[in-house]
Amino acid sequence: MVVYSGKSVFGGIAIGKICVYAKEDSQVKRERIEDPEAEIKRYHEAKDVAIEQLGVLYEKALKEVGEDGAGVFEAHQMMLDDGDYIDSVENIIRTQSVNAEYAVAQTGDQMAQMFLDMEDEYFRGRAADVHDISERLIGVLSGKGSGGIQTDEQVIIVADDLAPSETVQMDKDKILSFVTVHGSANSHTSILAKTMNIPAMIGCDIPLDDTVNGKMAVVDGFEGKVYIEPNEETMAAKKKLYEEEQEKKALLEQLKGKDNVTLDGQHINLYANIGNTKDLGLVLKNDAGGIGLFRSEFIYLGSQDYPTEEEQFEIYKTVAQTMAGKKVIIRTLDIGADKQADYFALPKEENPAMGLRAIRICLTRPEVFKTQLRAILRASAFGKIAIMFPMIISLEEVKEIKGIVNEVKTELDDAGISYDKNIELGIMIETPAAVMVADELAEEVDFFSVGTNDLTQYTLAIDRQNDSLEKFYNSHHPAILKMLKMIVDAAHRHGAWAGICGELGADLTLTKDFLAMGFDELSVSPGRILPLRKIVLETDVSEYKKSLNEANP
Amino acid sequence: MASFDYVIKDVHGIHARPATELFKLIKGRDCVVKVAKGDKEVPFKGVMGIMSLGAKQGDSVKFSFEGAEADALMAEVKAFMEANL
Repeated sequence: MVVYSGKSVFGGIAIGKICVYAKEDSQVKRERIEDPEAEIKRYHEAKDVAIEQLGVLYEKALKEVGEDGAGVFEAHQMMLDDGDYIDSVENIIRTQSVNAEYAVAQTGDQMAQMFLDMEDEYFRGRAADVHDISERLIGVLSGKGSGGIQTDEQVIIVADDLAPSETVQMDKDKILSFVTVHGSANSHTSILAKTMNIPAMIGCDIPLDDTVNGKMAVVDGFEGKVYIEPNEETMAAKKKLYEEEQEKKALLEQLKGKDNVTLDGQHINLYANIGNTKDLGLVLKNDAGGIGLFRSEFIYLGSQDYPTEEEQFEIYKTVAQTMAGKKVIIRTLDIGADKQADYFALPKEENPAMGLRAIRICLTRPEVFKTQLRAILRASAFGKIAIMFPMIISLEEVKEIKGIVNEVKTELDDAGISYDKNIELGIMIETPAAVMVADELAEEVDFFSVGTNDLTQYTLAIDRQNDSLEKFYNSHHPAILKMLKMIVDAAHRHGAWAGICGELGADLTLTKDFLAMGFDELSVSPGRILPLRKIVLETDVSEYKKSLNEANP
Repeated sequence: MASFDYVIKDVHGIHARPATELFKLIKGRDCVVKVAKGDKEVPFKGVMGIMSLGAKQGDSVKFSFEGAEADALMAEVKAFMEANL
């Protein structure tokens, strides 16, 4: 048994044979040709084929890893169409009367070297892209494929590094795990592994030869190790782990479709947080009861100018219709602080976390706010939408917001446009001030949703992006837990409901406490819904409360 | 000839994504575009040239335009830079 370690980018256990992925030898020969113009034509034809191939890969990657992961193929298309690159290839063919393969290899090396000579790490990394497109061109010119895995069984892929164009071409059903010598945690391979839900490791010092190729192995993505020809004892232990994992997955599958009811009959809504319409598939797949936080800011951040009412309406309508009557809570514009859109031209601030952000922008620029409200209200005719306002600190703000909502409603009435007249309005509780005046606020709204990330940051006066403060940071700080209880109680006293949509909502060690406090809803990222449901189904809230009382009489 | 200077505000500078988008704007237009950073000037014929400038946050770049569509294209490029970089 030989063991290699690396950095795990996704957990899980894979057991199977190793397949070393070797790039095809692309040794290019320099050959004299008679007709440079014909050779240039051959190069252009190959370039068109390569661009077409990349278009296919782009579509494939879009489905497998989403837009961020697929963008690289579009960038590669652009590189193939680069004027400097084309000029250089044509120039070499013409002046040296050589074959296109050689001219491409020369050009690729030169351009890659240009990037390698740059100071910045990011630009140096682009040399790999230049090599990737040059190899693709040479592959097309010489009629060779671009490597691949030839196997009928499922394998663990071991490689030096995997270019996006390589992983996207692999038959995903055949892959148990990825192990690479190089690569980064944000690479395409890592994204793909996460999407496919398979263990993956990078930075592994594994040799790429017959000492591992074809051998039986175990990848443990939890500890970041690969065991080649594991001994009986290791194999047995890992098999057990693997089976436990499979059981867990199967159990979660079984939990789909179940009500979120505790053993003693307390019900809680488990909703999903999403930041894009692309996430809707995951929401449905994980059986969310609704959307508890729809972060509308992506519409603003992905735009070059204020998004129009029509653009927004289409998006909200799609979400409402996709959720087919299940609740969709749309949070109004929450930019400022770490989320900036240039066209807002917000002034630079000394302390943006406490600056002009979220509802403060909306109340300063009511026209921007009203455009969004009109779009949301119009979409409310197509499903069950609720509106939630972020960063509230006072009763006056809530009254002002409700005034604006009513103005928009009147405008819609006058224009004869339909909307849900009973649309729920709620606020996020993310400032200590809102907690202290929660009773007054609850009078005015239908629900509260606690944004625990900001509430914790403002309560503890700790910037959560500052790593050096980690030892002072405690997400379970008693002050926070006390506040959560105050928030639920205030809501319930005034007939409002209360939920949590911050990261803490997904903290499985607190689920029982949230039930005991009486929260009506938890909204978490889609993948966390079923694990939460499992705990809810196994909890007896009255028993748990009793045990708490006994511990703290 | 029309031209404008721009100081990059984006932390990543002119990386692959904006270079790609910029090139899409310029491709096929009746206009010769050049980009310069300091004393290095490159003809904007694709993504590699502009990326080879290695323009980062705080760097000043100069775009110049010559041709029938110079003014219109300059306005588009300027708007793109302001919105994205």
